[in-house]
Amino acid sequence: MWDKAMIDMLLEGIKDTLYMTLLSTFFGYVLGLPLGIALAVTDKEGIQPNAVIYRILDFIVNIVRSIPFLILLILVIPLTRALVGKSYGPTATIVPLTLAAAPFIGRMVESSLKEVDHGVIEAAISMGARTRTIITKVLIGESRTSLLVGVTIVLGTVLGYSAMAGVVGGGGLGDIAIRYGYYRYETEVMIVTLVIIVVLVQLLQWLGMLLSRKLDHRKK
Amino acid sequence: MSNDNNHNKIIRVENLTKTFESKKDSLHALKDVSFSIEKGDIYGIIGLSGAGKSTLVRCLNLLEKPTSGKVIVKDKDLLALSKEELRLERQKIGMIFQHFNLLAQRTVLDNICLPLEIRGIPKKERQAKAMELLKSVGLESKSGAYPSQLSGGQQQRVAIARVLANEPDILLCDEATSALDPQTTKTILDLLLDINRQLGITIVVITHEMRVVKEICKHVAVLDEGILQETGTVSEVFTNPRTHAAKRLIYMGLSEETEEEVAKHVG
Ligand SMILES: Nc1ncnc2c1ncn2[C@@H]1O[C@H](COP(=O)(O)OP(=O)(O)OP(=O)(O)O)[C@@H](O)[C@H]1O
Ligand SMILES: [Mg+2]
Repeated sequence: MWDKAMIDMLLEGIKDTLYMTLLSTFFGYVLGLPLGIALAVTDKEGIQPNAVIYRILDFIVNIVRSIPFLILLILVIPLTRALVGKSYGPTATIVPLTLAAAPFIGRMVESSLKEVDHGVIEAAISMGARTRTIITKVLIGESRTSLLVGVTIVLGTVLGYSAMAGVVGGGGLGDIAIRYGYYRYETEVMIVTLVIIVVLVQLLQWLGMLLSRKLDHRKK
Repeated sequence: MSNDNNHNKIIRVENLTKTFESKKDSLHALKDVSFSIEKGDIYGIIGLSGAGKSTLVRCLNLLEKPTSGKVIVKDKDLLALSKEELRLERQKIGMIFQHFNLLAQRTVLDNICLPLEIRGIPKKERQAKAMELLKSVGLESKSGAYPSQLSGGQQQRVAIARVLANEPDILLCDEATSALDPQTTKTILDLLLDINRQLGITIVVITHEMRVVKEICKHVAVLDEGILQETGTVSEVFTNPRTHAAKRLIYMGLSEETEEEVAKHVG
């Protein structure tokens, strides 16, 4: 059973999974980072409170986040087709993964930015900083370790979701696990695939924590 | 008030009121406060905890927006300024804080660079200037350190260097020495005195420590429950306090008297 074809397939699965995870996380941040910033800034304790904008964004985030991923995946098939040209395979899966990740990322970013000491923000305001400068230099600069921890959590979550997409032929390790474990009863292959998924998540987690600890200067 | 009296006033506060509204009730933190500060002065504002000192000083750069009244700084009514005008005006009104408020993820030097970055000064220039400022507060050896690696007194020095980077006309100090031990307090007060004398910066000092006022202030205002009780030179107010609130504060602060002895003084 463990012939070259099998190993090649697993390697291909790892490649596809990482491809989906990394790209979806990247596009997720393209949407989620501005979203999170907007949430943190317009919150009533934020630097530019705006109840209307906050409530609208908050509502959208909650709605999208409460849709189970598999349902979201099916719901956005028309969009996926329009963007990618087909609705299955790793590249197509990036579309629903990105949409699922964005509001989650928005919340993570929002909570990271809200951790920044209000006194430091006031110091920047008292220096005559623009809102834009406060966002980039104070909010993001001061919360960068927390943001990085957020990235590792997002990577792990997106990787998990990408495996779920295997159910509908999303490609990657999840796809392999489903095909072999569920349809063909080759439990061994499924277990090996799962172990690889767990190891990947651990690796990402470990890397992220290492990096964020290196970048953190709050303690000696 | 005639213009003659006003032209050397760098800060004028007129009928300032601040009310914090909550769902249940409203809290009157400042009630019809009026006073003015001369250019070059070191002006103390004293009062018990909750008197409204922080609220008052935060109204001077509009970190707190007054409910009514006027704050006139260098003949400009701050409440009448546009957002952009206020932003530029704030660059000339420095503020230091009880808990220093340095950026934890930036080195000491980069902290001092922040106000210069805000003003768009090129990197080379701002680093040179920051280094010069760091020297002036005696911390040039700490340029690469992070705030968490410094003592409280050192952090406040960095905060002072940072605030001087904008070459302010006014320096607001909200309990700037309250987190420090007496010895360190002394060195920070000496530094503030130097700044006032050498750079001519007008300093407003908020404190509940009477010795801080005695040490460096020329004028003092007594705030009690949001009401400005009396103002005057430090020697006037300290040797001859007129109001009940001032007497209580000053007799309590001058010696280690017990509450009863204070009560005797106050009568
Ligand atoms: N943002 C706020 N919302 C509601 N109430 C506030 C707010 N800030 C201050 N207050 C209230 O206003 C009053 C004056 O507070 P302030 O902080 O100005 O006092 P203070 O004289 O600086 O006291 P301390 O010496 O303890 O710092 C207090 O009763 C306080 O609870
Ligand atoms: Mg206070």
